Amino acid sequence: MDIKSLHCKALCFLAVVVSALIITGCGSDKNKNKDSEEEVVIESLEIDEQLIKDVKTVKEIFYSLPSPLETAMILKQSGAVYNEELLNPTENVANYVTNKSMALNLGVYTTDLSYASLFDQTQATINYMNASKKMAEGLGILNAIDENIIERLEANINNRDVIMDIISETIMNSSSFFEENDRQAMSTIVLVGGWVEGLYIATNLVGPDVDLNNNELVNRIIDQKLTLSTVVSLLEENKDNEDVITVMTNVNELKAIFEKIEITTSKIEPVTDDETNVTTLKSKTEVKMKPETYYELKEKVKIIRNNFTL
Amino acid sequence: MKKIYQILIVLTVLALIPFQGNAQCKSFAKKVCKLELSPYIHDGNFNAAILTEGEDAELYKTFYAGQNYRIYICGSDALPEIEFQVLDVNRNVLYDNRKNDYSRIWDFDLESSQQLIISLRVKNSEEETDELVSGCVAIMFGIKENVE
Repeated sequence: MDIKSLHCKALCFLAVVVSALIITGCGSDKNKNKDSEEEVVIESLEIDEQLIKDVKTVKEIFYSLPSPLETAMILKQSGAVYNEELLNPTENVANYVTNKSMALNLGVYTTDLSYASLFDQTQATINYMNASKKMAEGLGILNAIDENIIERLEANINNRDVIMDIISETIMNSSSFFEENDRQAMSTIVLVGGWVEGLYIATNLVGPDVDLNNNELVNRIIDQKLTLSTVVSLLEENKDNEDVITVMTNVNELKAIFEKIEITTSKIEPVTDDETNVTTLKSKTEVKMKPETYYELKEKVKIIRNNFTL
Repeated sequence: MKKIYQILIVLTVLALIPFQGNAQCKSFAKKVCKLELSPYIHDGNFNAAILTEGEDAELYKTFYAGQNYRIYICGSDALPEIEFQVLDVNRNVLYDNRKNDYSRIWDFDLESSQQLIISLRVKNSEEETDELVSGCVAIMFGIKENVE
């Protein structure tokens, strides 16, 4: 093989790589916008035509799910207690070998990590950070959870604020890594894994004698009907991915049950406290839910969560 | 042959621009924007994009009763003012930063959980230039534990 021929081959290879980079670089944004526009049309049908018109011109659309940290805070704020038996055992990490199972359980473990840390469970916090790290490594998320983070966690294990900051940074590193590498489908699966884990913990912390019409934790579980539309939108955006399609089947099963719950909300009135500059969005919500719907939901969440983790 | 290599180098640089933009956006959100959320804790979600003056973005999210939230719209210094509104699902305006000197921070809580829309737009620059200004815009959420 002469030098000239080598040059030609190298040039051809480079040209193909560069062309592919340009096409994916330009195309990903374009596709994203196209998907977003289509999605918004579906979402907006129930609202009004003007809304469709407004939204179609928007350049970027984001659908944001509660992060594992927010989920844990909602649980704690609603009067949840700590129960380690509900968490996915860290010994299970070795069972997750596919991208889908690692992504789902990265979400599951980061929710367990956030829950344990909010209840000051130091050893569990370290264990679940390590489990999350293994899932992140398996997914090729470089530097999302590096050795330095584990060391920082151990050094500050009694400092709640630093721990929260480390967990928040870990979640952000993972989600931004997927965004930067055009792997939004994986990012969505991680979020759905964490969301289902939050639902699983919450539904299992509601005692059998609880008044379902007057319980904060039950109220937050019912509120997930609002989040569900965002979950569906995110999945729809990535439905060309095979793993997303199977997760979507599970989410649609949940949707069918949530649709049996009626939520009506009064007009929102914003009232700002001049001293603190904090605005309270005042509104009243009315919920109609049969007890059997709640228990059906609890059972379905258990099946789906076990499907994700076992 | 030399010319072909030069063209390929230019094409490679062009191809890498979107990836570099995303990475810069993350670094910007992490180093600059997160600090402004204090004493609220960043929820960890990453919602950022490169926007050009005149462009807009929307974010859909459920906010929960009993939680304390801070929204911070973080844009690079090169960008003109950013308008942002918080709307309910029927697009009634609940907050408009134009009435608050284009403040990029809004603290709030809720009596009942709501799905809200965060709508933002990068204003057109008042200076007349040939080039449109672009920069990273991140929508950051802070949450705070109730200490009651």
